[in-house]
Formats: sequence, structure tokens, C-alpha cells
Amino acid sequence: MQLKRVVVTGLGALTPLGNTVPEYWNGLINGVSGAAMITKFDTEKFKTKFACEVKNFNPEDFMDKKEARKVDPFVQYAIAATHEAVVDSGANFEELNTDRIGVIWGAGIGGLKTFLDEISSFAKGDGTPRYNPFFIPKMIIDIAAGHISIKYGLRGPNFATVSACASSNNAIIDAFNYIRLGKADMFITGGSEAIINEAGIGGFNAMHALSTRNDSPETASRPFDLDRDGFVAGEGAGAIILEDLEHAKKRGAKIYAEIVGGGMSADANHITAPHPEGLGARNVMVAALEDAGMTVNDIDYINVHGTSTPLGDISETTAIVNLFGENAYKLNISSTKSMTGHLLGAAGAVEAIASIMAVVNDIVPPTINHFTDDPDIDPKLNLTFNKPQKRVIRAALSNTFGFGGHNTSVIFKKFEE
Amino acid sequence: MSDIASRVKAIIVEKLGVDENEVTPEASFTNDLGADSLDTVELIMEFEKEFNVAIPDEQAEQIATVGQAIAYLEKNVK
Repeated sequence: MQLKRVVVTGLGALTPLGNTVPEYWNGLINGVSGAAMITKFDTEKFKTKFACEVKNFNPEDFMDKKEARKVDPFVQYAIAATHEAVVDSGANFEELNTDRIGVIWGAGIGGLKTFLDEISSFAKGDGTPRYNPFFIPKMIIDIAAGHISIKYGLRGPNFATVSACASSNNAIIDAFNYIRLGKADMFITGGSEAIINEAGIGGFNAMHALSTRNDSPETASRPFDLDRDGFVAGEGAGAIILEDLEHAKKRGAKIYAEIVGGGMSADANHITAPHPEGLGARNVMVAALEDAGMTVNDIDYINVHGTSTPLGDISETTAIVNLFGENAYKLNISSTKSMTGHLLGAAGAVEAIASIMAVVNDIVPPTINHFTDDPDIDPKLNLTFNKPQKRVIRAALSNTFGFGGHNTSVIFKKFEE
Repeated sequence: MSDIASRVKAIIVEKLGVDENEVTPEASFTNDLGADSLDTVELIMEFEKEFNVAIPDEQAEQIATVGQAIAYLEKNVK
């Protein structure tokens, strides 16, 4: 069968750099850090006291008070980013066949705040279960996709993807594939995460996964720098409208870019540590390129997973050098997590948006906070340190990996008829 | 209006996001005030918390209107 072409027709972002796509992109190309001291809870007893929080967000701008109370922040974020993407797409759902429009939404953890609050209140009680009836439907990861479908009346395929920090890339790849196969005309896809609370920060601190650079939050996320000491927790949401090209043309939609390939692989190595030679990372980029029918010469920009952890950054750059060979030195690489922090389950979506905007604008957002070279990272790579770079970007590849050894890559290409 | 009645009404206004003047004694949680089955369970739990009582499930099922809630609580709250 002839696979359909799939294009990006709407974007929405709620990030530590700004609460809309233009604000987010502006922050990215200006090298702004979204990190600051945590305001959401008292961090006195916590090893890490900073994070990349979403700022000035009022859920009641997007839903009434009664609805806002019944959903976890990760769903509030999903609703907000989706609203922007739907408006941006110009889609009028009343005129479209909503039986063929779906929602695939990723999150790595889901309603952690809800879980924490409900379990804490149970633990403080006398053992009598007094769980709120909204406890389960607020917490479960799939409920974001459910809420989005209810809000817009979208009756096509609807579910969540879960692969830790790769979750929303998996959502994008699934949506891409279902449209290619003709199973739906359009998807709202992406992901959201909201884990900046006692359980999220405490849990990641226990793994020694987070940076503890409390005296300088804005320079803590420093992928590829010799003195990197862990990732910086972020939160927010990214929403992407993917659409069958013919469907998009028929309704005269604005087209940002074409999604041309998606790859998935596993490290099969360790629950949290990356494969030392980046085998899974290499394989997933191969899979994405093959899926797109592209070669290593066709990629001009890689938005890396690059979380600023000691091991992860080395294995990913090793994989790029192994796979791309001499081409590795011609392309631009950057980790936008240096600015946004790590949005976990939402990382794939917000970084896909960064990659799409890079393809649209021919600007590579930088890897900020580079101070000292790491001898274990190939110095010939162009990691786009500290300043954005202008170049023609024919296609961008975005990597996102997750605890569990999940690897995902997606490729966005300039749209041509 | 009794103290219990005004506290009951305040909870309903807060939890169901309705106007105070809609919260009449005859108003049914589900038919008039837009509550679904989960909202109704949550309301009962809020009444239990506010008035420090335990409302058994079989009694809770009988409480469908504002007036029934107030009557039950006036009878059972010490």
C-alpha cells in the first residue's frame, strides 16, 4: 500500500521558557535558562532546591475552576498546550470528520502530585480509606488523552504512550504511523509532565540523577560540559497537530514541516544507565533514517537527548560519531535541555517543536552553559555552544531516550510539494 | 437558615461550581446541579469531613437533594 504523507499543521507549548510557542522559541534562540529556585514546595530538606518550573500559569485561563480542581497539573498543562495547537492549526472540528481525528498523548509519570496528596492523606489517617473519588481518574496517565478528546469531541484512536522520558516521542511516532496507514486523518499528539513536587524531586535525588548546583541554578543544566552533574527537572507540555497531507491541503492548512521518519529501539542493558557505547542510540537513529528513506547526509541538525548527566551525554555523542562518520562534523547538534531542563515525558514533544521551528526558521538553538570541554566528547563535533547558529536546515532529527532503555528518534523535513 | 444548612450550601457551591441561588432545598445534585456520580461521592465525603460524621453507603445513596443532605446532617450531627 502507498503510505500517506504526514505534515505538522499546529503547535502548542507550555514550557519553563514561556507559555506559548513564540515565547518558547524566542527563549531558545536567545539562550535563556528556565531554571530558578523551586517555588512549588519547601525544599529546605532536599538536596536539589531548583528546577525549571512553568511560570505564571493559571489553569482557569483554559478551564473553569470546577474542572481545574478535578485534574492533575499534568492534565492542566496538556489542555493549555493543546488549546494553542488547535487554534494555531485553524481546524474547525465541527466541519471535519471527528471519528477520524485522534489523540495520542505521552507522559512518563502522570499524576504524581495527585498520588502524593492522596496517599499522604491516607497515611495521616486512622487507616480508614477516604480516597477522593477523583483520585484514580486524576492520576492515570491516559486521562490527558481522554480529557482532550472530550473537550473537542474527537472520536478517533485515543490512548497514552509511556516510555519514561521518551513517552511523547513515542506518541508522535504512533500518531505519524496511524496517519501514514490511513487509520486516521489527524492527531493531537505530544505530552506533558508535572513532577516538580516532593515526590518527584526527592525520588530523582535519591537516584543521584539531578544536578545539585544550588548556588547557580541557571548554569546547572550544562550538557557536554566537563563539570555537568546531572539533569535539571523541568515541567510543561508540548502539543503537535499531525495531519494527512491531503487532508491538510483540502482545508487549506498552514504547513510547518513534514514528519518523515520515526525510530524506536531498546538498550537491553540497564534500567537507568545508558549503553556505554550508545548502541541503542545508534540503532534508533539508523531506524529513523531508514524509515525516512534518508542517509546521514540528509540531516543538518540533531536535537539530542543530552540531559547533562555524566554518562548519557558521552554515549549519545559516541553514537552520533559512530553512525554519521565524517558527516557528524558537518551537522549542528544541540541540547535545548540546557535551557528548558528535562521535561521528562514532555521532552520529546517540546524538543520536536524546537526541531520543527529550527527547520522552519533555519536557526539552530544553542547548547548554553558551556564552560569547559570534556575530553571524552569529540571536540570536532559542532555542539552549538552558547550562541544560536544560522544555517539551512533541510531536516532535523530529534532524539529522546527513557529510563528502561527506551530510545526514540523522529525526523522533520522542510515541506516541499 | 441553620448553621448546618449554610455550611452544606457552601460546600456544594465550592465543589460543584454552581451559583448559591441555585442551591435550593429541592435541587437534585445530578438533575439540577450538574453533578455526575463521582461528584456526588465527593460531596458526601466533604460532608463527612466537615461535620465529622461517617455516612454509611446505604444512607448516602438516599441523599440526592440539597434538602435531604441538610436533613440527614441535622439529624445525625451531634
